[in-house]
Amino acid sequence: MLIFEQALNGLQFGLMLFLLAAGLTLVFGVMDMINLAHGSLYMVGAFIAAWLVALTGSFVLGVLGAVALTAVFGMVLEAGLLRTLYARDHLSQVLATFALILILNDGTKMVFGNDLPLSAPAALAGPVELLPGLLYPAYRLLILGVGLALAVLLWLLVQKTRMGALVRAGAANREMATAMGTNIPRLFTAVFGIGAALCAVAGALLGPLLAVQVGMGENILILAFVVIVIGGIGSIRGALVGAILVGCIDTLGRTFLQHALREILPPQWASAAGPAIASIAVYVFMAVVLAIKPQGLFPARG
Amino acid sequence: MLSEAKHPDLRRTVAPLCAAAFAIALPFALRAFGLDFYLSLASRIVVFGVAATSLNLVLGYGGMVSFGHAAFVGVGAYVTGVMISDGVQSGVLHLAATVAITALVALVIGLVSLRTRGVYFIMITLAFAQMLYYLANSVKGYGGDEGLNIRARSLFSLGAWTLDLKNPLAFYYVALAVLALSLVALARFVPSRFGRAVLALRDDDVRAEALGFPVYRCKLAVFVVAGALGGVAGALSVNLQGYVSPNVLHWTQSGTLMVMVILGGVATVWGGLVGAAVLLLLQEVLGAYTEHWEFWTGWVLLAVVLFARQGLVGLLAKRAREKAPR
Repeated sequence: MLIFEQALNGLQFGLMLFLLAAGLTLVFGVMDMINLAHGSLYMVGAFIAAWLVALTGSFVLGVLGAVALTAVFGMVLEAGLLRTLYARDHLSQVLATFALILILNDGTKMVFGNDLPLSAPAALAGPVELLPGLLYPAYRLLILGVGLALAVLLWLLVQKTRMGALVRAGAANREMATAMGTNIPRLFTAVFGIGAALCAVAGALLGPLLAVQVGMGENILILAFVVIVIGGIGSIRGALVGAILVGCIDTLGRTFLQHALREILPPQWASAAGPAIASIAVYVFMAVVLAIKPQGLFPARG
Repeated sequence: MLSEAKHPDLRRTVAPLCAAAFAIALPFALRAFGLDFYLSLASRIVVFGVAATSLNLVLGYGGMVSFGHAAFVGVGAYVTGVMISDGVQSGVLHLAATVAITALVALVIGLVSLRTRGVYFIMITLAFAQMLYYLANSVKGYGGDEGLNIRARSLFSLGAWTLDLKNPLAFYYVALAVLALSLVALARFVPSRFGRAVLALRDDDVRAEALGFPVYRCKLAVFVVAGALGGVAGALSVNLQGYVSPNVLHWTQSGTLMVMVILGGVATVWGGLVGAAVLLLLQEVLGAYTEHWEFWTGWVLLAVVLFARQGLVGLLAKRAREKAPR
C-alpha cells in the first residue's frame, strides 16, 4: 500500500513540475532564452494566492485570482523586459534573469513579508478511501486531478489549435516560422502569459504542502530545468514525461532509499543520506539520458 | 598616431601597478582612518576576485558556459575545512590537497560534460554541482546541512618563521598574492601559444579541430586549471570565514560567480575582479542604507545588461578609446 501511495505522491509532484516545465520549455525551445526567473513566477503566484485566499476567504477564488494576476504579470514582464533579451547571448540572459530573481524575491518580501500562511481548504482536509484500506489525502487528490486536467488541456491546446500549431512551428524552426508570416512576438507574449498562469497554479496548489516563502522558486526551478532537458527542449510531451519521471524518482527515492539504508546504516545517517541520494539520483538520471539521447527523450527540432 | 600607440601601453603597465600599489597600501590606509573593519570586506573581494577570475578563464576565454563553478569553490572549501577540523594545520598540505582534489573533481566533471555543448553543457555542469551540493548536505560527520565551523586556520611555517591565516592582515596579503599571481598568469596566458589555441577553438571549434588542434584536450586542460584555481579560492574563503556550509555549492552561488564575471567583463583579465568588487561593494553600500539591498542590486545588474553590453571593463575601455585622440 505504501508503494501505491508514494507512486501517487510522485505522480502528483511530477504533474506540478510539469506545470512549471511547460512554460519553461517553450520559452527555452522557441526563443532560445534561459529564463532563471521562471521560478519567481511560481513564487509570485503562490504569494498572490495566499494573500487572496486570506482576503476573500475562498480557496477557489484566491487561486483563480492568483492565476489571472500572475498571467498578466508574466505578460507585462515579457513585453517590457524579457523580449529585448531574446536576441542576446545566453550570458546576458543569465545576468538579466538572475537580477530579476533578486528584484522579485526582495520585492515580494517588501510587499508580503518573508512568508505567508496558506492551508488547504477545510473541506479537503481529511483523507479519502481510494481502495479498501488505502486512505489518501483529499487535497493531494485534488492536485492530481487539476494537474491531469491541465495536462490534457495543454495537450489539446498545443496539438489541436491554430495557436498550438504556430508554437510547434516556432519550436521546430523559429526563422522559418517567422518567414512564413507568424507574428512570433505577439504569440510569445501569449505563451509567456500561459506559462506564468501555470506557474501560479503550481505555486498555489503546492503552497499548503510545502511553504509559501521567499526563495521557494529557486530549488524547484532547477528541477524544472532538469525536466525539460530530459524531455527534450521545446517539447511539451517531453516535459510531461520528464516531469513524471523526475517526480517519481524524487518521491519514491526519498521514501524507499531511506527504508533500504536503515538496514545498513545507523538511523540518523540513513535519514540524512536517503533524501540526498534521491536528489542526486535525479541528476544522475539526467546525465544517463543525455549520454544515450543527447537531445533529450523527445527532441522538438527534427 | 603616436599618442594612440602609446596609450594602450601606458594602460597596460601603469594601471596594474597603480592597482597593486593601492591594494598593498589599503590595510595601512584603513588603519590610519580607523576603518579596520573594512579589511575583511577587502579580503572578501580578493577571495571572490580569485573565484570569479577562475570562472572567467573557462567561461570567457574557454567559451564554456559552466553553470557549476561553485562546485569547485565548495569542494576546495570543504577539503581545507575538513582537514583543519581533523587537526591538520599545515597550509602547504591544505593547498596541495585542495589543488589535487579539485583538479581531480574538475577532470571527472570535464571528461563527461565536455562531450556535450551549448545548453546541454550548461545543464550538465549545473547537475554535477547540485549532486555535490546534496552530497555535502548528507555528510553528517562534517556538519551536514548546518555546515562546518573550524577554530584553527591554515598555518604556513618555514623554520622559525610562521604565518597564521588567523591574522586578518596576513590573510589579506596571502589572498592578494594568490589573486595577483592568477591575474599575471591569465594576462600571460592570453598571448601565449596555448592561449591563442584556446581562443581559436572558442571562436570556432570545428575549424580549430580541422586545423589539427586537440580541441577536447585543450578544453579539458582549461577546465581543470580553472577548477583547481576555484578550489584555492574556496580554501581561502574557509580560512576567511572559519565556516563552510553546503550553501557554497548551491546553484545560486554559481549564478553569483557568473554574474560577477558578466558584470565585470567576460574574457577580460580584470573582469572577474572588477565584477566581484562592484557586486560586493554594492551589497555593502546598499546594505548600509536599506535591508532591501538585493532589490536595488537587481536593478543595477539589469541596467548593466541593457546599457553596458561588454560589462564594466568593456565600458571603461570603450570610453578610453573614445577619449583617445585620433
